[in-house]
Amino acid sequence: MKIVIIDYGAGNIQSIQFAFKRLGYKAILSNNPEVIKNADKVIFPGVGEASNAMKKLKESGLDELIPNLKQPVLGICLGMQLLCNHTQENNTVGLGVFNVDIKRFNNEKKVPQMGWNTIYNLKTDLFKGIKEHSYMYLVHSYYAESCDEAIAFTDYGITYSTALQKENFYGVQFHPEKSGDIGELILKNFIELS
Amino acid sequence: MLTKRIIPCLDIKNGRTVKGVNFVNLIDAGDPVELAKAYAKSGADELVFLDIAATLENRSATLDLVYKVAEQINIPFTVGGGISSEEHVDKLLKNGADKISINSSAVKRPELINELSNKFGNQCIVVAIDAKQIDGEWYVHLAGGTIPTDIKLFNWAKEVEERGAGEILFTSMNHDGTKNGFANEALAKLSDLVNIPIIASGGAGTIQHFTDTFIEGKADAALAASVFHFGEIPIPELKRELKNNDIAIRL
Repeated sequence: MKIVIIDYGAGNIQSIQFAFKRLGYKAILSNNPEVIKNADKVIFPGVGEASNAMKKLKESGLDELIPNLKQPVLGICLGMQLLCNHTQENNTVGLGVFNVDIKRFNNEKKVPQMGWNTIYNLKTDLFKGIKEHSYMYLVHSYYAESCDEAIAFTDYGITYSTALQKENFYGVQFHPEKSGDIGELILKNFIELS
Repeated sequence: MLTKRIIPCLDIKNGRTVKGVNFVNLIDAGDPVELAKAYAKSGADELVFLDIAATLENRSATLDLVYKVAEQINIPFTVGGGISSEEHVDKLLKNGADKISINSSAVKRPELINELSNKFGNQCIVVAIDAKQIDGEWYVHLAGGTIPTDIKLFNWAKEVEERGAGEILFTSMNHDGTKNGFANEALAKLSDLVNIPIIASGGAGTIQHFTDTFIEGKADAALAASVFHFGEIPIPELKRELKNNDIAIRL
């Protein structure tokens, strides 16, 4: 099993690598298109600001590569958001895999949403063995609107898509690598997707 | 619903926990990694590691510790103590810290908050504020609360939010160590004033104090050290009791 974490200089990828290690898998970090293309599973992480992250993807040509990958791809946090059409964060155009826009939380709630919240209406094998309303760790100021491609929802003032799926692409807003044993099970499920 | 967070704080010196720790079933209570694991297992929502002897000499010991904690525990953790440069933050994050906390360095040079927030994202920048109420007015203190300033707490809190802090960790010097409860009046005022999460710190003595700080103090999270380390308040019991009081909590 070749697991590649896309390394494009955006955020804390060490934690994701450690999570796979705890599960007994070795995940390698790479920005090499050939290595990424030949992986069995691809993790597309990201923490930080959207327009800078997108700029980094463009500089390395990864913006062309990622949407054309054929193996299972998991976008995490900002990685998920960049797979969408567009984000309000500095008016950034995304990779357009998921047909949904990213909006900023309004100020009725504290922003960023920081901490543990529940996920529900779980679909696909990504959530195999995961109970409805399990708690996941989230840190974000922007969210994917509720949409047809949602495979999980979370409520924070509004109801939003906390996980997305389209063909071989998956995206999660929460941090499975920081969400205790249940989060690790989600990563394991992703590795076991066929 | 987003839950309130319970955060044990571990004081670190040369890569070891200090202040005495008496945690159930631990062979080596001074090992921060073992403690972190035990806390994660007992239901802590996050952890804070505070390097209380933050000097250049022991910086590598702290980095090594951060790496080991990140390797073994699967809940988020913050590292604070003696952080004053982008380069240092970069190293801590690369070794696996989820957030960093700055205090005195932000008061001395407030632009640091903007710089760190722009570079790493506001979600990982916690600004810790130690303050003391003197004649009815709250004043920010530095160096673990030992050096007073004429900066007013609420002005400073607003400023750190505007400069890009993702969260405020507020410690009341009047309450810290007393075990008489958190500074709920000031906390509630802070929570109404800014739109970023507030972590309450200083004064935890009983389970009721946590209930009070989440309801009266409107805190988003509560941090404590000795009541957890000495097993006075077991986290599972605390969380069950909070849940019984209709407080959103992760069980």
